[in-house]
Amino acid sequence: MSPARTLAVDVGGVVLPTPVIVAAGCAGTGRELGGLVDLRKVGAVVSRTITVDERTGASPPRIAESSSGIVWDTGLQNPGLAAFAATELTRLARGGVRVIVSIGGASLEGYVRLSSALQGRPEVAAIEIYLAGPDVELRRAVLGAHPDRVNEIVGAVARMSLVPVFAKIPGGSDDVVELARAAVRAGATGVTLLGSPPALGVDAARARAGRGVVHGWLSGPALKPITLRALYDVASELPGIPLIASGGVRTGEDAVACMLAGAWAVQVGTAMLVDPSSPVTIARGILRYLERHGLRSTDELRGRIVSPLPRRDDAGSIAG
Amino acid sequence: MKRARAEILSSRQVGAYRSITLVAPEIAERARPGQFLAVAMPEGREFILRRHVWIHQASRRGGWAGTLEFVVDPASGAGTGWLARARAHEFLDVIGPLGSPFSYPKRPVNCLLVAEGRGAAPLTFLAQELVARHKRVDMILGADSLETVFKPIDAKRLAQTVVVMTRDGSMGDRGGVVDPLPDALERTGAEVLYAAARPATLEAIARFCAAHRVPAQVAIEERLGCGFGLCNTCVVPVAHRDGTGLEHVRACVDGPVFNPALVRWDRWLGAPAAARDETPVGSATPSRGAR
Repeated sequence: MSPARTLAVDVGGVVLPTPVIVAAGCAGTGRELGGLVDLRKVGAVVSRTITVDERTGASPPRIAESSSGIVWDTGLQNPGLAAFAATELTRLARGGVRVIVSIGGASLEGYVRLSSALQGRPEVAAIEIYLAGPDVELRRAVLGAHPDRVNEIVGAVARMSLVPVFAKIPGGSDDVVELARAAVRAGATGVTLLGSPPALGVDAARARAGRGVVHGWLSGPALKPITLRALYDVASELPGIPLIASGGVRTGEDAVACMLAGAWAVQVGTAMLVDPSSPVTIARGILRYLERHGLRSTDELRGRIVSPLPRRDDAGSIAG
Repeated sequence: MKRARAEILSSRQVGAYRSITLVAPEIAERARPGQFLAVAMPEGREFILRRHVWIHQASRRGGWAGTLEFVVDPASGAGTGWLARARAHEFLDVIGPLGSPFSYPKRPVNCLLVAEGRGAAPLTFLAQELVARHKRVDMILGADSLETVFKPIDAKRLAQTVVVMTRDGSMGDRGGVVDPLPDALERTGAEVLYAAARPATLEAIARFCAAHRVPAQVAIEERLGCGFGLCNTCVVPVAHRDGTGLEHVRACVDGPVFNPALVRWDRWLGAPAAARDETPVGSATPSRGAR
């Protein structure tokens, strides 16, 4: 009898049937994916980022294509905490889909209100803390760019939460390792690496007519090496902490690369917009890799890059 | 909505456009005018998003049963350029039919259909369905020039009257599709107006319809991310349900067909009307001295 092979993974207490998660803002509202993917075969879905009050979101245009990526900005359009909790959450979780709720507070009080309202709900498997928005209290452009503030916000959410809490480190941050460390010290179960970095999309043919300029965030395959580097660096410094990859995962090979660099699970965002069944295809790709290499689970993949790289302390001289 | 790996039956040049017929019975069965397809791009290119194309024809019966025809404007970018070069017997990964279609009037009213450029693709399909429901159809077809007037013969076959407008005067009358509206409305006694055109033209049509109290449905072409409601980037600002302010709704699932009276055109198009006209250089005001 061959040893049982499984894709199931325990990510800091959240047990997922597969390590492939639909990223924040790419799972719709629970109505869109019927017929395009069987969500019961997906590890989990992250909700769009929910704020305390309803948000109308950014004015169009909101999307521009770039080389192997997209520049987008929804401006966190969402129905607000009350409406989300009343209808959308239940709809997302229908059929036993594991839901991770992304929360965006903009202030300490906002995060506390969001997590206290959501963490007791049976549909919520975990909370992901969105940290890339502005800090209205301290008047800073990016709330999660400061380790002290990450510590404070994540600490407040983690202390009261009954479900695991993941901090999503903003893309484009100066020191990803320092921010991840601050989140973990504050009590985060794990970290999601990374949010989309800031970007500007310009369609030269239309920009002078006031159209075709998107002030937003970069997503898509272009991000994969950045994600891998963040995973590798954080895994080296914070061994044993559950890491979730986010950014540039499109294929089973991409997911395996992320796991080799230290990820426990991967999120799929832009790939969903092109191929809504990609979480299932990617999971199949990971399974094939396990079979080919005689591995029993993704636990045996994690952090197995044998690296000739200098340790982080020595890397300054080659960082440029 | 279905996803299919569909074989290209034929790809034909129609003026400046490419008209592609697919074998996709499950999509053809459900397709209605105003809906569109999301076509996946090939692997290994730097453009990654699906391309979104109007469904022009869906055959449910007869020798072409189970086929779908859509229209590609090769000028609209790298991805559609690739699509325009795809040939018979190649396979495309398509999702459709997508979007909320045009609705048909219940009473036997006359319908005026206004189409600009590739907007004629969904409106010819609509004309056919309206005629099959015993409605009188009149059409205004417009484009920049002769080559971009889409299938005027089909329009003539379906509609009682067809007015063709080109910006350079190379076919029909010189001007835009909005110019003949007052006359056409009076002449045809139309009680409903349908339109598919570029945004600035739709805004002008919306103003005309509001002034003349004509109920209308317009198909909006907005840049789409996914086409099936996930990414929330193709939004159109519309008047809020409670009448205060606005809300953003998705062109792909809540549209692409909208009641123009509800669209907040000023908030959607943003820039002043003059700066916003995306007419290719030289076609709107031809330089007489050039020749």
